[in-house]
Order: sequence, then structure tokens, then C-alpha cells
Amino acid sequence: MSSATHLKDLALSDTGFVFDPYTGATFTTNATGLAILQALREGLGRSAIIDRLRERFDVHGDLESDITEFYQLLRQHGVVPPNFTGTEK
Amino acid sequence: MSERPLHVAVTGLNATDNPAPGVAVIRALRDADPSIRIIGLGYDALDPGIYATDLVRDVFLLPYPSQGLTAFWSRLEYVHSKLGIDVIIPTLDAELPAFLDLEPKLRALGIKTLLPTREQFTLREKGRLAQLGAKSGIRVPATAVVNTIEELSRVHFSVPYPMYVKGLYYGATLAMNLEDATHAFYKVVAQWGIPVVVQTQILGEEFNIVALGDGEGGLVGAVGMKKLMLTDKGKGWAGITVRDPALLEVAQQFMSATKWRGPCEIELMRDKLGHYHLIEINPRFPAWVYLSAGAGLNLPYAAVELAQGKQPNIGTDYKVGTLFVRISIDQIASITDFQNMVTTGEVSR
Repeated sequence: MSSATHLKDLALSDTGFVFDPYTGATFTTNATGLAILQALREGLGRSAIIDRLRERFDVHGDLESDITEFYQLLRQHGVVPPNFTGTEK
Repeated sequence: MSERPLHVAVTGLNATDNPAPGVAVIRALRDADPSIRIIGLGYDALDPGIYATDLVRDVFLLPYPSQGLTAFWSRLEYVHSKLGIDVIIPTLDAELPAFLDLEPKLRALGIKTLLPTREQFTLREKGRLAQLGAKSGIRVPATAVVNTIEELSRVHFSVPYPMYVKGLYYGATLAMNLEDATHAFYKVVAQWGIPVVVQTQILGEEFNIVALGDGEGGLVGAVGMKKLMLTDKGKGWAGITVRDPALLEVAQQFMSATKWRGPCEIELMRDKLGHYHLIEINPRFPAWVYLSAGAGLNLPYAAVELAQGKQPNIGTDYKVGTLFVRISIDQIASITDFQNMVTTGEVSR
């Protein structure tokens, strides 16, 4: 299964509750995390996601490391495969 | 004159923190067709399901099958003579061999069952999982059967530590070394006797499937579940339906390889690479089977239909993300019911 399919099948609620129908895992995330997940489902790459976050949120500083850390969490929970870097379009 | 309702007998009315599946099966049948007359078959006067008056009107105690097939059969015949049983759904591992032996007699009385054959039943035994894995293509952890401490002391060459030491029917203790394994071995032997099954531990997450086979290699339906909360005995207290095509493929492989007839529970571990490893097959519905009805795929009702030779019309889909969360409640019961169960072993309300 591709990471795109897996991400598309995640159940995301507006409150930040995430359900993975493949593994039964549930997570909660904040508004920023939710925005990243939605962007990933749309197939956006890392730089486009950063642009979107800057548009939607009042953010300063380096978003790269925050996104790297978030992707690490997604890999750790099996939401994306171990080799996922989020750079694909 | 109204039509006689279908009479379905269901065993396994224990509903403690390690519940038997009977109450869940009854609830699923009630959901599908409230007109069904349920006949509960218990083993103890305090089986909680006996007192679930909204679920079951008639209850009879059975002698344990270990007391002999004659007594067991005679009691079933008695229940049939009193009420007439159309279909019987056994739900306990330990009684299944007796039902397999009695199947021709039950059939002769017109009582329908949905049981695996003796060969199918044997193939899924814990000690034969490797054989089942080879036949079905399902991954199985290294597993062996041991009968003596000498065998146990050598088994790590083929079944590396850490390993689970299991009884043939129930219980699993994790052993990190021979000392742990020896202790667990004696505990299992004291409780269940030999043989003892040892199985290398697979690290990962546990998933379960409840599945129904048509006896010809077909999968009538299956629901995948991930446990969300465990009791101190490791039993699921809460769970959620999941759908991973690879998980449901295991159920299909099992049915194709064994031509399993009837219900079963398939227990699997999912490793970090996403591969499923078969840990155990239970030859009956699990205690959490009501989740299948709750998620829209009522497998107990489908089993009753199949037993009657009908084609179940339950669809194949279920709602992913449906949860079960168990609850302990104090039922208020009548002393009359209790005294009837203690003295005559039966109650009709």
C-alpha cells in the first residue's frame, strides 16, 4: 500500500482526532499537525507545506525541523513507511 | 395460529472478566431477529448469562463434557425433548470435541450445527500451527509441542527464547530462559496436562479476526479488530474494528487451506514491517463477536442461517472504526431462578 493511499484513508476530525483504519491506532494532533496531514493527503511536498503553514498560522523561525520531527512521529506510528521523507509531490 | 419461531441453543453463558462468547452470540442473534427463541446452555448456576432475562428465556445446565459423553448427550436430548432445538451454536473450546462426536446424533434428531470436521479442528490445534502455516502460506512463529522437561530443555534450538509456554486450551506465559520456561511448564501441566506448546514471541501489535467459513473454502465474512484495552488477564476490554486488506487476506488464506466450516477467531501479531504472524486459531466465536453485529456484519446470525442450509445475506462490508467497550454491571436476579438452577438445572421464564 502506498503512503498516499494510507494517508487518504486516515479519518481526520476537525478536533484533531486521527484514526488509522489499517492499524486501529488513534492519535490526537493540534491544528498545525492537522494542517500538515491534510496537506500530505493532497500530495503537497515539504516546501509547499511550509508555505501553507506560513499562510495559515502565525509562525516564526525554522519550520523545517518541526516538520522533520512531525514526519518522524508519523513514521514511528506506522502512518507512513520508514523511508518516507515527505518530499514527493 | 402464529408460526413457531426458530429455536437456537447457545452455550457459554459465563460472562466474567474472562467471558465466554455465549452472551455476545445471543445479543447478535437478538439484534438480527428478535423472534428467535434462545435456549441458553450453561455449566454453572451462577453463570451471569443465565440471569440476563432480557436476552434469554430458557436456560438449562449441562454437565461438563469431561464427565462423559453419555451424560452430556442425555442432557441435550432432554433439552430437545422439552423445547425442541433447531440449531445449536457451541462457543467453548473444551466442549467442541464432544459436539464433534455427537454431530451425527444431533443431525439425526434434526438439530442443525455449523461445526468444522475433525480434521479441520485438529489442523488448527496450537501444536500444529507450523503445518497449518505451510499449507496456507500464513506466517507462523516457531512453534513446538513438548511433553517432558528434557524436551523443553532442548527446544530452544528450534524455538528460540523469548517464548510463550501455553496449555493446549488456554493460557500463555512468557519465558525468557529455561528457568522461566520450566516454571511455566509445570504450571501448565498442573492445570491442563500435557502436551505443552511453546512458541517464539513475535514483537508487534496484536490483531484479531472473527471469521465465518462456509466449509468449502469460502469466507462468508470476517471482521478485523485491534484491542484498545486489556484486562490483567490480557483479555480485550475495549477494541475497534480495522480494515487492512492484508489482515483479511489471512482469513481468506485460512479458509482456502482448511475449508473451515463455521466460526473461528484468528489471532495475529503484526510486526514492525507490517507482516502478520499467526499465533492461534480459536475454533469458535470470540467473546467480542457482538462487535461484528455492531459494525454491520452479523456473523452469529449468518452462522445460524448457514447451519440451516440457507445462503446468508449479510453483505461483506462492515463499519471501520466501530468500538466495543465492555462494562461490568450488577444484574438483579430472582431467587426463584437461582433455586431452580441449583436444584433442577433449568429455568423457563
